[in-house]
Amino acid sequence: MASTPLVKKMIQPSDKATSGFSKAPIVRPSIPSGKRMRTADELAQATEKISVRDMSFYYSENRALTDISLSIPECCVTAFIGPSGCGKSTFLRCFNRMNDMIEGTRVEGEILLEGQEIYSSRTDIVTLRKRIGMVFQKSTPFPKSIFDNVSFGPKIAGIRKKKDLYEIVERSLQRSALWDEVKDRLNESALNLSGGQQQRLCIARALANDPDILLMDEPASALDPASTARIEDLIFELKEQYTIVIVTHNMQQAARVSDQAAFFYQGVLVESGATEALFTNPQKQQTEDYITGRFG
Amino acid sequence: MTEEGSGKEQSVEMELGEAAVIKLPRSTSLARADGLLVRLRPFYEGVIHFALFICASISVLVTVGIVIILLYESVQFFFDVSIIEFLTGTRWTPLLKPQHFGILPLMCGTMLVAAGSAIVAVPIGLGTAIYLSEYASPRFRDIVKPFLEILAGIPSVVYGYLAIVTVSPIIRYLFPSAGVFNAASACIVVGIMILPMIISLSEDILQSVPLSLRGAAFALGANKFEVTVRVVVPAALSGIIASFLLAISRAIGETMAVTLAAGATPKLTLNPLESIQTMTAYIVQVSQGDTPTGTVEYRTIFAVGLMLFITTMVMNVIAQYILSRVGEQYE
Ligand SMILES: Nc1ncnc2c1ncn2[C@@H]1O[C@H](COP(=O)(O)OP(=O)(O)OP(=O)(O)O)[C@@H](O)[C@H]1O
Ligand SMILES: [Mg+2]
Repeated sequence: MASTPLVKKMIQPSDKATSGFSKAPIVRPSIPSGKRMRTADELAQATEKISVRDMSFYYSENRALTDISLSIPECCVTAFIGPSGCGKSTFLRCFNRMNDMIEGTRVEGEILLEGQEIYSSRTDIVTLRKRIGMVFQKSTPFPKSIFDNVSFGPKIAGIRKKKDLYEIVERSLQRSALWDEVKDRLNESALNLSGGQQQRLCIARALANDPDILLMDEPASALDPASTARIEDLIFELKEQYTIVIVTHNMQQAARVSDQAAFFYQGVLVESGATEALFTNPQKQQTEDYITGRFG
Repeated sequence: MTEEGSGKEQSVEMELGEAAVIKLPRSTSLARADGLLVRLRPFYEGVIHFALFICASISVLVTVGIVIILLYESVQFFFDVSIIEFLTGTRWTPLLKPQHFGILPLMCGTMLVAAGSAIVAVPIGLGTAIYLSEYASPRFRDIVKPFLEILAGIPSVVYGYLAIVTVSPIIRYLFPSAGVFNAASACIVVGIMILPMIISLSEDILQSVPLSLRGAAFALGANKFEVTVRVVVPAALSGIIASFLLAISRAIGETMAVTLAAGATPKLTLNPLESIQTMTAYIVQVSQGDTPTGTVEYRTIFAVGLMLFITTMVMNVIAQYILSRVGEQYE
């Protein structure tokens, strides 16, 4: 599990490349070349990590998601896009059953993690959440030291030896590209870190649990361009080992980081597919309108 | 509620509709008009300003006045009794011959009751606050809250009375060596008295821990108990400690219950089964007795009062400081 050193490369949001597909002079989110984006073929061959079949989700009486079927491939980045309130976060929270905390919620249909039903009564939620890490929109460091933040998961998993914990903390912080900035002040409060550092700390904290899947709900929406670029680079590094699902409002970001994209509208999955195809040649008019910024 | 609200909105709308037609008086000249009322305006505005200022000053003046009286009388007292003896003497017998003016027995009594009531109230109070904030259903919380308010509203003399007729007999049954008046019964009732304060302050602070922190901990695979013990309580810890300090400072100042329950025997002891006397109870005893004003005996109550004041003020200041720091934490 050697972590490759993070190559610092700022991402240039290149809006020069307008596509010729639509008549109007519309700026399409451009697909960066250079980066290792998975091709449609690779996507098709990837193992299915999560499989969602005819899933609907209810907040009490209100249906927030309708008949969603989607396959999430292993070691790829899947982006959820769509206008505000369309149910992206709700869907994301279904994977690690965070919606269970909200009273009166109900799920129909099935979500399978490697073939096992997530919403089965026999599912152990704690185990599930250890396998599926989550990073929230607003960074949520605990008011504890950096070390205690990252070692939180391993500690409740029963790891006690200081040496083992230290090893996990170092490895996680290195993977989240924060190690060099904090290695000399692991005992300082995590609240002293900058916003971008806090978000990378939260990623490290999730990684320390050694999950296979990382859910990210608008992880960069509160960050400046430089921090955003770092997080995006990070996502690129991490997808070699982790299955990543990311919610984003930023079309450019979805185009930059994701291999597969899914467009939601009013609780319905309108279209999904390889990011390149979805952004350059959407099948549905709604998708076309949304990604070209005509609404949403 | 809703009907009333919508009714109000309607009437506002109607007024607004009419106001659109009615013109407000407005002169085009900016020069001040010359009516008597207008010329008097600076005057009566000044009067209002001054009256409100007086109101605001009263609390300041009263505080300053009390402190000055306490200091003045205490200084007089310390002309007669050395401050060293007062602070280090282990016997307190100002009303008996030979007189001794060592405040330690009273201090010890006060601290014994404060510590004892904290031992009673802190675990129960913290447990209740955690339960109400983290585990209880909103409905249960709504049922418990009024009971806490009633508990907080029971007059302290009632607690004192209960200590004598109920708590003390139980203690004497369990520990036959205990006296009718004993520190333990005072500790228990004072503990119950400060319980509502600890619960409501701590619960507020637990509630102020952002939901997102709990969510983050749950997402890492923590269970309810781990989230509560490892994230929520530590995040709220300084505030919880501040609530303890405020409650203990209240216990130190508590008078009626300890006067009735703990007895009137200044004693340098940590045995809760014995009769003791607190600083407050001593002040009651002298204030009610026939000690002539102007004598050393009489002035003891100001010196004791000053000690009491300093003790509680220090605790309150520390608690307020901690609480203000907590407020900044989640901005
Ligand atoms: N706790 C809740 N209780 C009831 N309804 C909710 C709750 N959370 C979300 N909803 C509703 O579910 C729908 C989808 O919300 P969701 O937060 O998933 O949208 P979103 O796509 O993430 O939006 P955004 O991009 O603004 O974050 C919305 O109509 C919202 O009002
Ligand atoms: Mg959302």
